[in-house]
Amino acid sequence: MPADFVSNLFVFILAAFLGFELIKRVSPLLHTPLMSLTNALDAIVLVAAIIIAGRHETKLSTVLGLIAVAASFSNMVGGFLITDRMLHMFRAAKAKK
Amino acid sequence: MTALATQQLIDLSYIAAVIGFILALKWLSSPVTALRGVLIGEIACGVAVLATLFDPQVTHYKWIIIGLIIGAAIGIPLGLVKMTAVPQRTALSHAFGALSAALIGIGEYYVGTAHLTKFEMLEIGLEVIIGSLTFTGSLIAAGKLQEILPQHPITYKGQNVVSLSTLGAAVVIMLILMAHPEYTHLFQAMIVVALLFGVMLVTPIGGADMPTVISLLNSYAGFSAALLGFVLNSKVLVVAGALDGASGFILSVIMCKAMNRSFTNVLFGAFGQVQVSAGKVAEGRTVRSASPEEAAGILAAANKVVIVPGYGMAVAQAQHKVRELFDGLTKRGVDVKFGIHPVAGRMPGHMNVLLAEADIPYDKMLDMDEINGDFPQTDVALVIGANDVTNPAARTDHSSPIFGMPILEVDKARTVMVIKRSMGAGFAGIENPLYYLDKTLMLFGDAKNFVGAIVRELAGGHE
Repeated sequence: MPADFVSNLFVFILAAFLGFELIKRVSPLLHTPLMSLTNALDAIVLVAAIIIAGRHETKLSTVLGLIAVAASFSNMVGGFLITDRMLHMFRAAKAKK
Repeated sequence: MTALATQQLIDLSYIAAVIGFILALKWLSSPVTALRGVLIGEIACGVAVLATLFDPQVTHYKWIIIGLIIGAAIGIPLGLVKMTAVPQRTALSHAFGALSAALIGIGEYYVGTAHLTKFEMLEIGLEVIIGSLTFTGSLIAAGKLQEILPQHPITYKGQNVVSLSTLGAAVVIMLILMAHPEYTHLFQAMIVVALLFGVMLVTPIGGADMPTVISLLNSYAGFSAALLGFVLNSKVLVVAGALDGASGFILSVIMCKAMNRSFTNVLFGAFGQVQVSAGKVAEGRTVRSASPEEAAGILAAANKVVIVPGYGMAVAQAQHKVRELFDGLTKRGVDVKFGIHPVAGRMPGHMNVLLAEADIPYDKMLDMDEINGDFPQTDVALVIGANDVTNPAARTDHSSPIFGMPILEVDKARTVMVIKRSMGAGFAGIENPLYYLDKTLMLFGDAKNFVGAIVRELAGGHE
């Protein structure tokens, strides 16, 4: 097994367990915003897409990069936007009136 | 600045981003801090993206900028959809996420074809297979939720064998590629087969199983991003993908438990197989129905009311009328709460979002475990557009296809009222004995109109 793989696996395992612990604590009330928020965070693949689209290797890789930039950025923008809108709607009884 | 210093700054920005991701999820645990979580998530992504633009590998900005503009043009409208369209929007975003991960993996393959090691080919192959199947699977799910595609499960004999062989074929092609990464035609074939498998995975699934499927696709999309992190040796992708994957995985497990399905049953796409057994048909049993006037009278006289919303409420767009009912009853001193089943609606938390949109305070929304103990002390349980999740046969009838599924125990309330269009059975075609209980009153009609009529009675009626 390559050394890079081992260190990545290390990080993956830690992050996955941390994820389980964090997400277990999210109230079922917020499961829809949870899904849209994690989706927006996952759109960080945009950083990889930017490199593919910007390093201009072959025509094919640039086209793939362009589509990947568009798809991941739309997730980032749309995901944060809708999560924000949803969370603004959640109000406690006391805050009302 | 030297290239090395720049690279280190970029790496630092990624570490900062990872801290932001973790805090975002941590703060999402409560509605009080959740908005702060979104903000820190936005900052984290912003910092990482800005830093990446300074990466020395990036020499051309034209296509990046065009991509960002197209992304914003698609993303902003998708962020502004109506709350009722959130499930299909979510499915579509899983598709986009998986698409970008798959395309980057494909790009990496073509860039490095000549010198890929076996191990690198394995990583790329797995990443592209999962990304591709999640892309088409999510598109099919979005199509079903948007009702462009038929909502009912499409099944045929030997389906599981055909589907699993398709997945097997993709894996076999990947194994061949490990020995011969230069066979680009095989790589293309692998993508096509994986795309096909995604379609086969979701077509047999019916609308009521969507909460599980959406969660599962969520976790696939996350894990494909994490795998891409392995391919590119990018820790920030590994972490973000692992967090997203873990989230989808936990939600899938919660949904499975709430539907009394085993996880393997779901993983292998054997959804929607319950619908065959029709359950016992009640013969000669009668139901009692009531008018809005009667319903309003009973509700007004109650001390404690629990409203149980289901997908029917979403379809009828009745949530705003339900809020009026909530206000009307609260004004009269009635204690009104909402009991929400984990699989009510089309995605996890769907009902909560619709009720929150209608301005119902979130501390009145309780999940199944919190509310079930309250039903024996509840005067009226009002079921709006929910069916199977209230079926007491799940508790008592061993022959019932939903036996063992955890339900909202509305039958323990003193009076049960069910708003329903007709006596038709639920998604699984299962008869609901709840409707034939002496304490049950059926309120036949459209959820929105019927609740509206009750609200009018409450407003105009004098005691």
